[in-house]
Amino acid sequence: MKKVALNGAGLLVALFAAFPVYWMIVTSLKPSREIFSTTPRPVPAHPTLEHYREILTGNLIPGVTFADFFLNSALVAVATVLLSGLVALLAATAVARFRFRLRTSFLIMLLVVQMIPLEALVIPLFLMIQRLGLYNTLPSLVLTYLGFSLPFAVWMLRGFVAAVPKDLEEAAAIDGATRAQTFRRILFPLVAPGLVATSIFSFITAWNELIFALTFINDQDRYTLPVAMTFFFGRDDTAWGPVMAASTLFTLPVIVFFLLVQRRMVSGLVAGAVKG
Amino acid sequence: MTTLTEAPETPAAREIPARRRRPVDRLPYLLLLPCLIVIGVLLLWPLGQVVVMSFYRLNNVRQLRGDREWPWAGLDNYTQILGDPFFWTVLRNTVLFALANVVLTMILGTLVGLLLNRLGRKMATFVASCVMLAWATPALTGTIVWKWIFDDTSGLVTWLFNALPDGMSQALFGHSDWTGYGWFNSPLLFFSILTLVVVWHSFPFIAVSVLAGLKSVPSELHEAARVDGAGPWRVFWRITFPLLRPVFGILIVLSTIWDFKVFTQQFVLAGGTQDRPTFMLSIYSYAEAFSPPPKYGLGAAIAVILTVILLVVTGFYVRMVLKQEDES
Repeated sequence: MKKVALNGAGLLVALFAAFPVYWMIVTSLKPSREIFSTTPRPVPAHPTLEHYREILTGNLIPGVTFADFFLNSALVAVATVLLSGLVALLAATAVARFRFRLRTSFLIMLLVVQMIPLEALVIPLFLMIQRLGLYNTLPSLVLTYLGFSLPFAVWMLRGFVAAVPKDLEEAAAIDGATRAQTFRRILFPLVAPGLVATSIFSFITAWNELIFALTFINDQDRYTLPVAMTFFFGRDDTAWGPVMAASTLFTLPVIVFFLLVQRRMVSGLVAGAVKG
Repeated sequence: MTTLTEAPETPAAREIPARRRRPVDRLPYLLLLPCLIVIGVLLLWPLGQVVVMSFYRLNNVRQLRGDREWPWAGLDNYTQILGDPFFWTVLRNTVLFALANVVLTMILGTLVGLLLNRLGRKMATFVASCVMLAWATPALTGTIVWKWIFDDTSGLVTWLFNALPDGMSQALFGHSDWTGYGWFNSPLLFFSILTLVVVWHSFPFIAVSVLAGLKSVPSELHEAARVDGAGPWRVFWRITFPLLRPVFGILIVLSTIWDFKVFTQQFVLAGGTQDRPTFMLSIYSYAEAFSPPPKYGLGAAIAVILTVILLVVTGFYVRMVLKQEDES
């Protein structure tokens, strides 16, 4: 009896959590006739890819397709990942491999800057982007997202670096390897999986971001996907089919990536909370 | 778990004091340099700059480019905001919204965490996977889907209310035809739906963290308490909660910070920055700064107020934790 109640509660939670995602995908596969019927069907009676065809082949503005926005987003996200990964790896190596005077101060600062409300930085960063002449360029976004993703990336990566046994590097050093060689040949390959996990986190940060992209980009052909979606779909409440198809295409990579790294995210966010 | 202060103690690490006799090793500082530059330039400098900007009258993008001078405004931006009754409405909205969302997210998240801990292996994996989906969904698309669910003609909720027996609907709500009902028109309904969206997005993190905390607590304690005849309510407050107090502390602070500055969900649900009755601090700051005519100085002042509130929340929490540490 108790077990039935628990399982029932579990199913309810699962339904509440997963339903919107399910409904997004299902709606994107329904013909318009079914979407706008007053009695919604839980599964499409006549599944169709027409909405996907529409958004993938049509021009949202003359000469610009969904794929172009997808590419803009991907470029920004990949550039953010590469820069943030490189900078974070160097910093993580410093805190995990060396003892130096400002080490603890640096780690505390890393925690504190993660508390800065990024929403409060739109105006000053807008000023900076204007001053640097980067307004209306994709690099303005790369720069912004680099700042946003870096503190957490260092925080996460330092655990991976610390997990690599130091003996390996010491052995290499005894064999006459320079520090650069040790880093490249020993540490880097062993930290690579952690670097991938960290990169995925940075990717999601950059890929999902809306406000700064909305503010820093003016030309429609340079919009990232989130901006394009609020701009072209947010106002036209009638086109739910294409909107859900676009949302699905935008969401799926994130879900796949997210599921790959979510365990590490939890441990990163609440690290230090449990004594032990 | 706290690797904050100590690198793993290996023989090599213990030898390091000997190294102090040699000149200071510059390598770690060199490795940190790019990171420090990025954080300094992209986070700390803007944080200072937003304070500076709040003391100027900045109403033209040319001033930002440096083509025009910045007239000093002193505290004018602050007096203007604090003297505006609308600001106090926005502040009240923000605080109430954050409070409601933190409480609901914590309750739901904790309950789901406890539930996941009790379910059988297969069922727990299934439920946890579904919960992950809500967490993984980007704020943007998650909100768009909820907007579709609340669509006033073909949305699921409209259909659901239309499906209620007419008499019952009439008696409860005063009307039975829900087609074309403005779900987002009254601020209270808008905030309720926004709460639903935000709680849906944020309870998975709480649930998974609480679950992780529960797994780290020896289960014998719970079993012993249960054998002694304690009910689930008592077990939670007497055993689980005290043991996980540090986790709950961090989760509450993180939730408060996140819920105080909700932006994307609000922006998408309201369809932009025109819906003033539903403003909260972050979107208010943004709208003042960027909706024409731009008022960057005023927006910056609101952003500063938001930041200060969050700093106080963080500071209060840090004190709380330190006090606890002293007592124990």
